[in-house]
Amino acid sequence: MLTAILLGFLFAIFLVFTGKFFRGKFAVISSLIPISLFAYFLSFISQISNGEIVTQKINWIPSFGVDLTFKLDGLSLLFALMITGVGSLVFLYTSAYLKGHKYLDRFYGYLSLFMAAMLGLVLSDNLMSMFIFWELTSISSFFLIGFNNDAKDSRKSALTALGITGIGGLLLLGGAVLLGYMTGTYEISEMLSQTDLIQSHPYYALAVILIFAAAFTKSAQFPFHFWLPGAMKAPTPVSTYLHSATMVKAGVYLLFRLSPVLGGSELWHTTLIVFGAITMLYSAIHILFRTDLKGILAYSTISALGILVFLIGIGTQAALIAAAVFIIVHALYKASLFLITGIIDHETKTRDITKLAGLRKVLMPVAIAGFIAALISGGVPPTLGFVGKDLIYEATLGSQYAIILTALAVITKILLFYGGFVAGVKPFTGKLPQKFEKIHMPSPLMWIPPLLMVILGLVFGLLPSLIESAFAKPITQVMFENPENFQLKLWHGFNTVLGLSAITIIIGTVMYFIIKPTYAKENFIQKLDFIAPKDLMLKGSTAFEKFGKLWTNFFQNGYLRDYVGIVVAVIIGLISFLLLPNFQLRLDYSSLEDVTVYEIAIILMMFAAIVFTVFTNSRLAAVASMGIVGFSFSLLFLFYSAPDLAMTQFSVDTLTVILFVLVLYKLPKYLKMTKRKSRMKHGALAVVFGSLMTLLVLSVLQEPKNNEITKYYAENAYKLAHGKNIVNVILVDFRGIDTMIEISVLIVAALGVFGLLKLRLRPKDKIK
Amino acid sequence: MEILLAIMIGFLYAAGIYMIMRRSIVKLILGIVLLGNGVNLLIFLLGRITKGEPPIIPGTESVIEGLYADPIPQALILTAIVISFGLQSFAIILVKRAYKVLGTDDLDQLNTTDENS
Repeated sequence: MLTAILLGFLFAIFLVFTGKFFRGKFAVISSLIPISLFAYFLSFISQISNGEIVTQKINWIPSFGVDLTFKLDGLSLLFALMITGVGSLVFLYTSAYLKGHKYLDRFYGYLSLFMAAMLGLVLSDNLMSMFIFWELTSISSFFLIGFNNDAKDSRKSALTALGITGIGGLLLLGGAVLLGYMTGTYEISEMLSQTDLIQSHPYYALAVILIFAAAFTKSAQFPFHFWLPGAMKAPTPVSTYLHSATMVKAGVYLLFRLSPVLGGSELWHTTLIVFGAITMLYSAIHILFRTDLKGILAYSTISALGILVFLIGIGTQAALIAAAVFIIVHALYKASLFLITGIIDHETKTRDITKLAGLRKVLMPVAIAGFIAALISGGVPPTLGFVGKDLIYEATLGSQYAIILTALAVITKILLFYGGFVAGVKPFTGKLPQKFEKIHMPSPLMWIPPLLMVILGLVFGLLPSLIESAFAKPITQVMFENPENFQLKLWHGFNTVLGLSAITIIIGTVMYFIIKPTYAKENFIQKLDFIAPKDLMLKGSTAFEKFGKLWTNFFQNGYLRDYVGIVVAVIIGLISFLLLPNFQLRLDYSSLEDVTVYEIAIILMMFAAIVFTVFTNSRLAAVASMGIVGFSFSLLFLFYSAPDLAMTQFSVDTLTVILFVLVLYKLPKYLKMTKRKSRMKHGALAVVFGSLMTLLVLSVLQEPKNNEITKYYAENAYKLAHGKNIVNVILVDFRGIDTMIEISVLIVAALGVFGLLKLRLRPKDKIK
Repeated sequence: MEILLAIMIGFLYAAGIYMIMRRSIVKLILGIVLLGNGVNLLIFLLGRITKGEPPIIPGTESVIEGLYADPIPQALILTAIVISFGLQSFAIILVKRAYKVLGTDDLDQLNTTDENS
């Protein structure tokens, strides 16, 4: 199984090197990869329908519980077959659709990367590896949406999609970590036995909300749905594959997979029903206002995803079977409708439904496929769509709020019926406009795939037992411990469900003949955009960006003095907050009594020198008076028993002053550059800070001093290091390595000084 | 005396911070020097000051007895003085160089990496 998943990745990497040779005729051959994978997964059907589960475990990071655990059961088999099946057709279709495209190799690379990631997602039993594949699908989707990277719209849509699904991915990681924390494992199959523990855990609600957010963003549920219509900027094969048949169902898959673990609670069911219902109705209504074929299909896809979430929310066995069958139905008709739209777009260069008509005269096989696809989508017997629709009605009728939920489902299905017929039938009926008369049939590689899919829809409709044994039964075994027996049938006899079906089909047909898509309606709905989630979200992000700019410009304005000012102000705030409330100053004035004259003299000298340094207008005077400060320091050190310090300070200050004076004549004259007001402000800040430091020092001086370390050095200086000057011993012996590193720093500084002095710039490097 | 030195520390800090907030780079360097002196004095004072008793073991003895100045702050400050010398000399030369290349010592005109702004 690992090989099957890796195949796509390997092929994508392989294309990086061989892309140039690939663009020619090899594109068709690459379809062998999904086809062989499809055959591979098909071979598991008999095993799975017997209730077996195939697993494979490869240790990856066992210490974190992150392993590549692959599990093939009814649910993952359904998705795997869908991914590889639709994938095969899309690979074939693309070779004709994008024939001769400059970046065809790149396109196939992304597609196979996506296919591999998606397979990994549905086969992973480990939440962590699932998360990684989940993100990989988002990333490949980003590249595919933005495939026409010279169009601004494409790039923007790609970013929106990545943003929304990326947030979802992050939340999925959060949910996975929480579940892992609760159960001590990331394996979903091991979580199954701890359902009670999870559901009674205080973090249960949080985990469920995180998982919901992940699923809703990926599966385009309201209010995160808006990235999906934007994603239709991608080439049609991508819309078919990622944004209708497979990737957007990843969220649904996640909910499916986790509903035995997390399901059963009020929170789970109510939320899913509410969000699913809003999504399915909201976007089904949107179909009425669209004129772009892809727009219609995008909204009907969102609506279908809403139905799936809604069904999982109901959560009964009937509902989950309905959902599973509907996934197949939807993949078959929606993928073919997208491919048909692609053909129309490819041949007529327009997707505007108001301009398209009569194409049956030139594209007959495509028209047939479109008609059958519309029948499947509308749930007209004897297609699989009919079976699917009946199952949905059965599920809603058997649920708690039967009447409301059934009504919602019927309305949605009527609108979807309308949407399916507008997309699948309308372009082919009526009078053929003159400008379309010269259209030729496209390559068979393009029209056979949709035809194949809709024929499958018919076959499954006539023989629903195929679906039942291969998918429906194994899936119920995955979802329920003791599933009830059931049978999928095309004909159920005369009952409520049949009545509802008839109502759906009749009203849908009437609507199709009465309501015509027009620009007026599309313009009308666009006026409401300002309250649509997309615009709100975009406005929010723009506002956030503005705020970020303001914030940055305020704090990072490029003026050093403001940075220093902010730092000083914050320190002042913090120190006074901590120090002042309990501050008691007990000044020991007795220490002033034995102050000698020369001490006073030094203090006064320092004071005067500092004032002079700060306020003088002459650079030389400033440097000289700073030298005086330094020499006063060395005298101070000398008085207070630090002869080494005195000597060092003396020599260092001498050197500094010399250095300063040497370069001084090359520096500009002092100018009063700041305004008086800002000097006052800075002065006040500095004075407050200085006073606070004085208070801090005085309060520290009140505390007793710990002499442990001093004693150690005093006792051992001679015994261990055989030196009499304790300061020297500390520097060169006890802390010898520190001193060595310090010397290296000095050497580096000296090298820097030397380099800067010797540097001669070439004329072109100089700035005029 | 401690009180006077504490006031002097505050004064050095205030002067240093004020100088750092000027626009001229030369003043900025002077500010750093003053601030560095303030920090040295802070460490020195917090190690308590002792008059006329350097931490040197007398002639024939092996252990120092009685009152003596704390050697640890002295060792720290000695390191600090030397390091700040390295910093200062490098900064002075850098300023000289920057002025020669860019033609200004106004910090407000040195806040971008773009050449032509």
